[in-house]
Amino acid sequence: MKRYSLLGLLFGVGAPLSAIAADKPAPIDTGDTAWMLVSTALVLMMTIPGLALFYGGMVRKKNVLATLIQSFAICCIVSLLWMGVGYSLAFSNGNQWIGDLSRAFLNGVAANFHKGVDSAFTLGAGTSAAVPMTIPESVYIMYQMTFAIITPALIAGAFAERMKFSSMCVFTVLWVLFVYAPIAHWVWSPTGWVAALGAVDFAGGTVVHINSGVAGLVCALVLGKRRGVGTDDLAPFNLTYAIVGASLLWVGWFGFNAGSALGANGRAGMAMLTTQLAAAMGGLAWMVMEWWRTGKPTALGIISGAVAGLVAITPAAGFVLPGGAVLIGLAAGVGCFWSSTWLKHKLGYDDSLDAFGVHGTGGIIGALLTGVLAFGPLSATDANPVGVVGSLPQLLSQTEAVGVTIVWCVVVTFVILKVLDLVMGLRVSAEEELEGLDMVLHGERIN
Amino acid sequence: MKLITAIIKPFKLDDVREALTPLGVQGLTVTEVKGFGRQKGQTEIYRGAEYRVSFIPKIKIEVVVGDAIADEVIETIMNSARTGKIGDGKIMVSNLDQLIRIRTGETGEGAL
Repeated sequence: MKRYSLLGLLFGVGAPLSAIAADKPAPIDTGDTAWMLVSTALVLMMTIPGLALFYGGMVRKKNVLATLIQSFAICCIVSLLWMGVGYSLAFSNGNQWIGDLSRAFLNGVAANFHKGVDSAFTLGAGTSAAVPMTIPESVYIMYQMTFAIITPALIAGAFAERMKFSSMCVFTVLWVLFVYAPIAHWVWSPTGWVAALGAVDFAGGTVVHINSGVAGLVCALVLGKRRGVGTDDLAPFNLTYAIVGASLLWVGWFGFNAGSALGANGRAGMAMLTTQLAAAMGGLAWMVMEWWRTGKPTALGIISGAVAGLVAITPAAGFVLPGGAVLIGLAAGVGCFWSSTWLKHKLGYDDSLDAFGVHGTGGIIGALLTGVLAFGPLSATDANPVGVVGSLPQLLSQTEAVGVTIVWCVVVTFVILKVLDLVMGLRVSAEEELEGLDMVLHGERIN
Repeated sequence: MKLITAIIKPFKLDDVREALTPLGVQGLTVTEVKGFGRQKGQTEIYRGAEYRVSFIPKIKIEVVVGDAIADEVIETIMNSARTGKIGDGKIMVSNLDQLIRIRTGETGEGAL
């Protein structure tokens, strides 16, 4: 790493001025940039307020504030962590395993400014797999930051109502550094090794959903069940919150998926269309399954199914046609219903709000079906005129990507949790859990 | 004077109020309450997990009436709150020793 002044490190002006003068900056596309600014705001809306309300409505009254604050705190922590080293580790060239610290504190982010105008940048510049962008890097950094925020926030659904807030804050930092950033680099950086395998993940089925869902499962297993599971009334406090939250997630997901086209173009439009269809089919599939199995279609059921459909279409959104999206939504609605209502009880783990049941299972279904249903022309480029085509080799690549994500996530998440348990403890005491985390951890309550 | 206390299903409140007005009932006190009777609560299912809810939301109505119309009021509450299904509730009747209007100091049925 070059030596830069502290000021340069903190404010991203570390690039040599001579380099700026020498390179004539490429123009940005204002349409693309406008859409990515909107998408970024939409994805942030998924975490705060969307996920916060979705989860907050599903816990008991005494834990609502503690659950809402988890999403909010993770948003604050990861934003600054992303500025510090997260973006650099995930998206600087580095090697095939991890980026380096050359972009720490967003060093060089001002390099493309010239007379007050930012120009486009190239992701992976200087490598054989460089990807020229049509948006400013500041927008790309911010867009990716919102993904890094929602991923650990999703995990919170698995350990809700029993984890210490202090431990959760430290867990978030370590998990983003050692699990999220490497996997994001493997899959999305032009230099990443999973990308080189031919595996694709359009908007984060592997990086975000499988990753958070599997980490959630590990958390649920390491922390143990909430007290009273199977005996006490743990019914949701206010499903109105959960419905509002799920609705915000749905709308925000257009930024997540259609934004992952990284431009205002037809692929973004198709991704938006497939997202809508998969969510709708997922909601209906869960609803029908529930109607059949328990006799009543519930509000929590239909919103869970819609989120399952959104999760599963995420890796596929820019690769499949509308018909494929409906199939993915159907598979996700049925599969996640099965995972959340049968598998969980059969295996006896307490994934409180079904982080694994919906995000882990849905992510795996979507990642694998991407390898089956991908329609080549949607992703074809000059460099790859065939595009990503659903085929056995593609399915195998997808399976490999899913497998390595799960293995890395399980091992590293487990180690982080065990170390934290030894150092500071993971779980509140039995009395604290009974009193509720709102009062015990935050000194506040809903009256 | 009688104090009539009725525990009814929440959605029957408006029916009961409308039925009582023509009888000359001047006032009504309503409280949101929870409890259980022979029904012993109900089962709720969230994502496959069954929860036994012991205390079901109900409405408690308290109304004070003169002896002359007490039976008619009881009959009216019974008819207007009835659905015929389990959980329709109870009516409790007790003698009331005294009633005082705070503003004027009137007592007895004159304070109704």
